[in-house]
Amino acid sequence: MNAHSTTGVADSRPSRTMPSASMSPRTSRSPTPALELCGLSKTFTLGGGLFRRGRALGAVSDVSLRIPRGQVMGLVGESGCGKSTLAKMLLGLTTPSEGDVLVDGRPLRGASQKALARRIQPIFQDPYSSLNPRKRIAQIVGLPLQVHGIGTSREQAARVAETLDVVGLPRRAADQFPGQLSGGQRQRVAIARALIMRPDIVICDEPTSALDVSVQAQILNLLLDLKAEFGLTYLFISHDLAVVEHLVDRVAVMYLGRIVEEGTREQIFAAPRHPYTRALLDSALTPEPGLGVPDIGLGDTMPDPSDPPAGCAFHPRCPKAQAICRQQRPRLEAFRDDSTRVACHLA
Amino acid sequence: MPLLNVNNLRVDLPVEAGMLHAVRGIDFHVERGEMLCLVGESGCGKSMTSLALMGLLPRKARLSADRLEFDGTDLTTLSERRRSDLRGARMAMIFQEPMTALNPAYTLGNQLCEGLIRHRGVSRREARERAIYLLGRVGISAAKDRLDQYPHQLSGGLRQRVMIAMALMCEPDLIIADEPTTALDVTIQAQILRLLRELQREFGTAVIFITHDLGVVARIADRVAVMYAGEVIESAPTPALYAAPGHPYTRGLLSCIPTPGRTPPGSRLQAIPGVVPSLVGDVEGCAFRNRCPQAQPTCERTPPLMSLPGDHRARCHYADRPVPAPRQPETMS
Ligand SMILES: Nc1ncnc2c1ncn2[C@@H]1O[C@H](COP(=O)(O)OP(=O)(O)OP(=O)(O)O)[C@@H](O)[C@H]1O
Ligand SMILES: Nc1ncnc2c1ncn2[C@@H]1O[C@H](COP(=O)(O)OP(=O)(O)O)[C@@H](O)[C@H]1O
Ligand code: SF4
Ligand code: SF4
Ligand SMILES: [Mg+2]
Ligand SMILES: [Mg+2]
Repeated sequence: MNAHSTTGVADSRPSRTMPSASMSPRTSRSPTPALELCGLSKTFTLGGGLFRRGRALGAVSDVSLRIPRGQVMGLVGESGCGKSTLAKMLLGLTTPSEGDVLVDGRPLRGASQKALARRIQPIFQDPYSSLNPRKRIAQIVGLPLQVHGIGTSREQAARVAETLDVVGLPRRAADQFPGQLSGGQRQRVAIARALIMRPDIVICDEPTSALDVSVQAQILNLLLDLKAEFGLTYLFISHDLAVVEHLVDRVAVMYLGRIVEEGTREQIFAAPRHPYTRALLDSALTPEPGLGVPDIGLGDTMPDPSDPPAGCAFHPRCPKAQAICRQQRPRLEAFRDDSTRVACHLA
Repeated sequence: MPLLNVNNLRVDLPVEAGMLHAVRGIDFHVERGEMLCLVGESGCGKSMTSLALMGLLPRKARLSADRLEFDGTDLTTLSERRRSDLRGARMAMIFQEPMTALNPAYTLGNQLCEGLIRHRGVSRREARERAIYLLGRVGISAAKDRLDQYPHQLSGGLRQRVMIAMALMCEPDLIIADEPTTALDVTIQAQILRLLRELQREFGTAVIFITHDLGVVARIADRVAVMYAGEVIESAPTPALYAAPGHPYTRGLLSCIPTPGRTPPGSRLQAIPGVVPSLVGDVEGCAFRNRCPQAQPTCERTPPLMSLPGDHRARCHYADRPVPAPRQPETMS
């Protein structure tokens, strides 16, 4: 069953084989990526009042990333480092303070909600709270079609049924309520809701974190199948490094709003260059008895995101910090070959 | 004699649909100074087990047990008052979310010292000294100043460290830690686990560590008890459990997590199909039967706890022998 086969619903999305209009600012290098982030920043203002200026919190700072079509980019980093804020900017749910998001080389700014919904869709962490408990599954999955006025109600019903098949839900689930489904089934509903618009980019923000491991495996298999079948491009956010290693082509590591290292799966997992990446990998406790818990050598002076440390923001916890690290912020620079970037004075 | 001995522990909860059997007759023991991990997926009864041991079950819950003994004392017949004394002085609990246990209105100093003053009758000054010592031991800098801070002034990782210090204040014989690192970042989790293991060895404290994470279990447990649908379906020393899991559910759990080196990136993971049976009403036969890849007609009968070599037990008819598989000539491994 193919979610992209026609069910009579008009589809004005540009065809994949047509070269996109040459609005890409980058003419050199590889072909236009499916998704490109250019100097993306988001600053929140905290606790401002009538006579007080609020403090600025840089949730995401100057993030540039390219995700080639059909690839999976993993995004990892500690709680609060800005992963979800970044995801929300890509989905048009939060306006960037600076920078641009390009989809197929075209800026997302100014695009209509409908056009956006046809290109990028989210899958969020919590299948419990992200589904309306009073709506039937068919209504939940079909809602985006209704909102954007796509197809007749019969065509919509057909596409809902087809999409439920694609994500492996039984047809009878259509008439049920979220409360009647298991956690894994609810996450399948969330995936169906994302796929019904036939996007080509899916932003997965911790899609299996709320699930038990036995169910997580089912959902990861499904995400891999869908990617292969429909050529989807994923941004995959997770704190589980084993899951990330299993799923992604490239990985970006974020610390306090900035990308500190980005490279291929093989490079990041086999030879991490940033001390923070190394610490993250060391903290991943694989099921190997006898190894104990490693001493990762980080302090736990968690930085205040509204008052980030000067220089390299990681320096108060970094086991390798030098004098220069306290003064100068390391730039994210290509390392040897073009495919890896790292932001560390000592890398 | 083990420090804690549990035989046929049951916890029933009346719910709208009938009686929910949250814990369905479990057996386990904890030796002095050992780390026992209780592992299982959500809803399998881990928290109900820990609350039963602590005497903190919800009011409507009904507990029964053939034996529930702590250091030779029968916990089922203890008065609420003696139970409360025991809880403060000899058994301590660490929760997943420290804010459920910390009172936001009191300083850390007050909360840390209270138990020691009440249960051990030491002076406030002595209690404060011990609190400062323990805060230092759990890696909190400027411990003295922290005593005057309130819980909300600390990060999640620091609060969990405070909880560990608080649990150690009266030098308990047993600490029950219910998913204490589940809400923390991996880097903080690694530091807290290392600390807990170190202190546990140093003070000779027994710990029941509850988690759903088989990676964590592998790294910290002396022994493991695996729970499924309110039962302990397998228990073994840690190396044995990972090297030769005896129960199909344990095997399933171990093979569905992506493991570098074993599961090639992008390959299909082995999932466990189906869902856990409802715990409302009686469960007939093996509770894992509807999901078990090797279920047999025999499995409609409740499987006994089979003994395997080396203090290893599994609740499966076929734990110690291959399943009869007429359609598949090879036995499943
Ligand atoms: N609406 C908002 N107003 C103010 N600050 C915010 C807002 N949303 C997020 N933040 C702050 O921005 C930073 C990044 O938050 P974000 O939710 O993106 O983190 P995250 O990496 O997704 O974390 P987690 O792993 O916990 O999901 C945090 O310091 C957070 O407190
Ligand atoms: N207060 C309660 N009232 C009714 N049922 C409950 C209550 N707390 C837990 N349960 C049920 O008891 C079973 C075991 O729960 P619990 O011990 O919390 O699981 P775990 O900690 O392993 O996730 C579950 O089916 C759960 O839904
Ligand atoms: S720049 Fe300095 S402080 Fe930052 S990660 Fe590199 S060595 Fe550590
Ligand atoms: S008793 Fe039967 S159904 Fe249960 S785990 Fe063993 S083989 Fe599977
Ligand atoms: Mg987030
Ligand atoms: Mg629990």
